[in-house]
Amino acid sequence: MRSSIQEDQEGGRNDGWTVGFASSSLFRPLMYALLISFLVLFYFYPLAAILRLSFFPEGQLSLEPLTALFRTSRYLRILWFTVWQAALSTLLTVALALPACYVFARYDFPGKSVIRALTTVPFVLPTMVVSLAFTAFLGPRGLLNAALMQILRLEQPPLELQHTVFIILLAHVFYNYTLVLRIVGEYWANLSSQLEEAARMLGAGRWRAIREITLPLLLPSIGAAALLVFVFDFTSFGVILVLGGPRFATLEVAIYRQTVHYLNLPLAAALSVVQILFTFVLMAVYTRLQAARSLPVELRSRQATQRRPQGWREKLLVVGNVMLMLLMLVLPLLALVQRSLTLGGSLSFGYYRALFSNPRGSAFYVPPVTAVRNSVTFALATVAISVALGLVAASLLERRGHGSSSRRWDGGTDRGDGSWLRAAWGRLRGGLDPILMLPLGTSAVTLGLGYIVALDEPPLDLRTSPLLVILAHTLVALPFVVRSVLPALRSIQPQLREAAAVMGASRWLVWREVDLPIVARAVIVGAVFAFTVSMGEFGATSLIARPERPTMPVAIFRFLGRPGTINYGQALAMSTLLMLVCTAGFLAIERFRVGGREEF
Amino acid sequence: MPPLLEVRDLNKAYPDGWTLKDVSFAVEEREVFGLLGPSGCGKTTLLRLIAGLEMPDRGQIVLRGRDVTRMAPHRRGFGLMFQEYALFPHKDVAGNVAFGLRMAGLDRATTEARVAETLTLVGLQGFGQRDVSQLSGGERQRVALARSLAPEPRLLMLDEPLGALDRTLRERLMDELPEILHESGVTVITVTHDQEEAFAISDRVALLRAGEIVQSGSPQALYRNPDSTWVARFLGLTNLVNARVVGSHRVETSLGILEVQGTGRALDRDGLEAQLLIRPEAARMSDAGPNRLELQVVDRSFRGMHWQLDARHESGVVLNFTFSAGVDLPASGETFGLSLNPKALTLLRNDDGHGKREGD
Repeated sequence: MRSSIQEDQEGGRNDGWTVGFASSSLFRPLMYALLISFLVLFYFYPLAAILRLSFFPEGQLSLEPLTALFRTSRYLRILWFTVWQAALSTLLTVALALPACYVFARYDFPGKSVIRALTTVPFVLPTMVVSLAFTAFLGPRGLLNAALMQILRLEQPPLELQHTVFIILLAHVFYNYTLVLRIVGEYWANLSSQLEEAARMLGAGRWRAIREITLPLLLPSIGAAALLVFVFDFTSFGVILVLGGPRFATLEVAIYRQTVHYLNLPLAAALSVVQILFTFVLMAVYTRLQAARSLPVELRSRQATQRRPQGWREKLLVVGNVMLMLLMLVLPLLALVQRSLTLGGSLSFGYYRALFSNPRGSAFYVPPVTAVRNSVTFALATVAISVALGLVAASLLERRGHGSSSRRWDGGTDRGDGSWLRAAWGRLRGGLDPILMLPLGTSAVTLGLGYIVALDEPPLDLRTSPLLVILAHTLVALPFVVRSVLPALRSIQPQLREAAAVMGASRWLVWREVDLPIVARAVIVGAVFAFTVSMGEFGATSLIARPERPTMPVAIFRFLGRPGTINYGQALAMSTLLMLVCTAGFLAIERFRVGGREEF
Repeated sequence: MPPLLEVRDLNKAYPDGWTLKDVSFAVEEREVFGLLGPSGCGKTTLLRLIAGLEMPDRGQIVLRGRDVTRMAPHRRGFGLMFQEYALFPHKDVAGNVAFGLRMAGLDRATTEARVAETLTLVGLQGFGQRDVSQLSGGERQRVALARSLAPEPRLLMLDEPLGALDRTLRERLMDELPEILHESGVTVITVTHDQEEAFAISDRVALLRAGEIVQSGSPQALYRNPDSTWVARFLGLTNLVNARVVGSHRVETSLGILEVQGTGRALDRDGLEAQLLIRPEAARMSDAGPNRLELQVVDRSFRGMHWQLDARHESGVVLNFTFSAGVDLPASGETFGLSLNPKALTLLRNDDGHGKREGD
C-alpha cells in the first residue's frame, strides 16, 4: 500500500494537470477506505447476514430453508407469477412505447420537450403514489367507475379491475414507459435517418428497411431498456401489495409477508437469496448490453434527423401517440388529485384537514401530518450523507478515466518496481463502478430484511435508531448521486484545465473556476434525486421504520389497511402531497441538469 | 425514344420559406449530368425529390415517358449515394454491397459474384469481410459507390460524392470516378458545390441558384459562355466592369473604348447597358494589337503551370489575369502595357441582384 501511494505521487508529478485537487498524499486512499467501509457495513454485511440466515439457520450449514421453498408448489407459483407478470409488463411497456420512440426520434412538434418531461414524472413517483393514483383512476371508487356509474345510471361500479392482474400490468406500464422512451428514443434520435433511406434506395420497402436496418441497430438499446424494465417489474413491491391485494404475491411481497406477518425470517432470507440471484444475473446482462450499445454506429445530431410531421398520416401518428401518452400517464395522476379533493361528491379539503387531527382509534399514535415531518427529516439527512459519499465515489471514479488517458500521452510511467501494486490498485478502482451500482439492482425489501437481520444486535444495534432508515435510503440514493455527478466531472476536459492553467491559474483556482461551477449543478441534481428517492422509498422503510415514526409512504399504506372512506381519503391526500413534492423535485432536476446524456 | 429521365416544372416549398422553383431538365441514357450550385441552393432537395424520399408540391418526374412522381422510392430502381455514405454499421463491406442485390431477390451465388465484381470495379478486391468502421474515408466512399452500383440502377444519384474527402484523395478520385461510371455504363446525376468536381465528372452541367436552374450545358460551353454575371462569378470569372454599347462590337467602359468579339449578348443596339466579362486568359504582353491598356502590377504569384497576376488600371479597377509560365512578368509596382484579345471579351446580362435571398 505504501509503495503504491508513492508510485501514485510520482505518477502525480508526471501527470501534471490531470491530477485533481483532492488526490494528493493520503487523502485518496482515505476516501476510498471510507466509501468501502460504508458499503461493507451497510450493504454487504446485511446481505451476508441474509445468506447466513438462509444457509446456517442454526449455526451450521443447512439447506433446510431453501429446500423448504421447493417442497410445496406455493413458492414456485410465486416465482412463476413474479416472472410472467414481469415479462408481460415488459412486453406491454416496450410495445406501447416503441411507436412513441419513433415519433420522438423522428419528428419535431410543438410542446415536445414539455411532453417528454411530463412522461418522466411517473418514473420518479413513489410506488405508493402510483398505486393510489391507479385506485383513484380505475378502482371501485375511482374516477372512471364514478363517471360510468353516473353516465349509465348504475348502482354498482361496472369495472372491477382492483385486485386483478390487469391493473398491475397497467401500473407497471405507467411506471416504466418513460424508461423505454428515454433509452430507445434518445438512441433512435441520434441514429441517422439516412440509413433507412439508403436501404429504401436499394430496393427495400418501408417495413423491410425498418426490419433489416433500423431494428437491428436499435436492438441493443431495446434490449437494455427491456431488461431494466423487467428488473423493476420483477422486484415490484408497492404496486402488487396495494393493487394486487392478498391474491397476488411477487417474491418481494412474499419476503415482506414472511417477515412482517409470519416473522419467519429464515424463509424470508431464503426467498431473498432467490431474488438476489435473479437480479444480479439480470443486471450483469444489462451491463453487457450497455457496452454493446455504445459501439460503432455513427451518431448524428438531432437537428439532422428530425423534422416537422407532414401530411395527415404523419400528423395523425404524432397526435395519436401524444394523446395516448397523456391518457395513460397523466390521467391517473389527475384522478388522484381530483379524488383527494372530492368529499361526499363536492370539492373539499376535508381529507387534507383530517391529516392534522388524531382521533382515537386511528391508524396512528400521532397526527398523520407528523409523517410528513419524518419524511422530510429523513430525506434531508439522506441528502447530506449520500451527496458526501457520492462526491467521494465520483471523484475516485473520475480519476480512473484521466489516469488512463494521461498514461497514453507520456507512455512510460509504468516502469520499475511496484508496478504490479499499481496495477492491483487500478483494478480495485476499476471494480468500484459496478460495486456502486449493485444497490440499484438489489431489491429494497431484501435490503430492509438484511438490516433487520444484521443490525439488531451488538456491536451494531440500530433497531430503534432512526439512523437505520436514513442508512437504507442513502444506500438506495447513492447510485443516483454518483450517476448525476460523474458525467459532469468527466465532461470537464483536461484541455479546459490546461487552458486555465496556461492562462496562469493556480491549481486551486483552476478547481474553483472550472470544476466547481460545473460540479455544483450536478451536485444539486444528485441532491434532489436523493431527496425524492428518500421521500418515496417504501420497500425497505416498510420493514424497518418504527411504528411511531412512519414516513409518508408508510402512512399511506397504513391508511389503506383501515376500512372507511375517511382513511382512504387521507391516503389520497397524502399521496397527492407526496406527488407534488416529487414532481417539484423532478422539475428542479430537469432545470439543473448539465447538458449531456444520462447514464441509466 | 424519350429521354431516360425528365424533370418537369418541379416545385417544392418549405415552411421556413425556402423553395425550389419550376425546375426542368432531361437526362439522356448513359449521360453524367451534374447539378452545380452553392450550398443551400436546393441540390440535395432536388435529388431527394427525384429519389422519391420527398414529394414535390407540383411538377412531374418522368422515367422513359412514364410518370413516377408518386412512386415509392424502392420501386423506382434508382440508386442514391449519400453525402455521408450512410453505410450500414452492422454489416461488413460485402453485406453492405450485397444489400440491394438481396432486396432484388437474387440468389446467393449471383449475389456473391456481383459483389466481388463491383468491389473490383471500385478497387476494393478482398475487402468483403472488413468491418465498415475500420475503413478510411476513401474506402468508405468506394464502398458506398459499390453499394449503389451493385444492383445496376437505372439512374444513379451522387450527393457531393467527393465532398467528405481530403484534397489528395479528391484529386485522385476525380480522375477515377468518371472512369468507373463510364465503365459501368450507368446514367448519373451528380450534385456538388465544387465547380472543379462537377466539370471533371459531368458530361453536362446545370447551374442551380436559390432553387432555380440558371444555365445548363457542357462544362466547356458553360465556362466559355456564361450568360449572366452570377454564373460568371460562380465559375470564378471575376473581371467584370460596367459597359455601354457605343457601336458595332464596341463598348465604352471605365477602361476606355474596347472592341468585343466574344459570343454573348447582341451588340447592335446602341446604348445597351451590360457587364463586360474580361477572361483571365485575355491578356497578352504586347504593345501592339487592339484593346491596349496601361496597368500597374499589384501582385503576382507563380503557380507552377502558370502565373497569376493582379493589376490596377488608373481608373481604380483591379483585373486579374493568368499567363503561361514561360512569360516574363514585370515586378510588383511596375507599370506595363498589354492588349486584350477581343474574342476573350463577352457582354453579360447583369443579374447579381436578381433572385438573391438570405442564405445564398
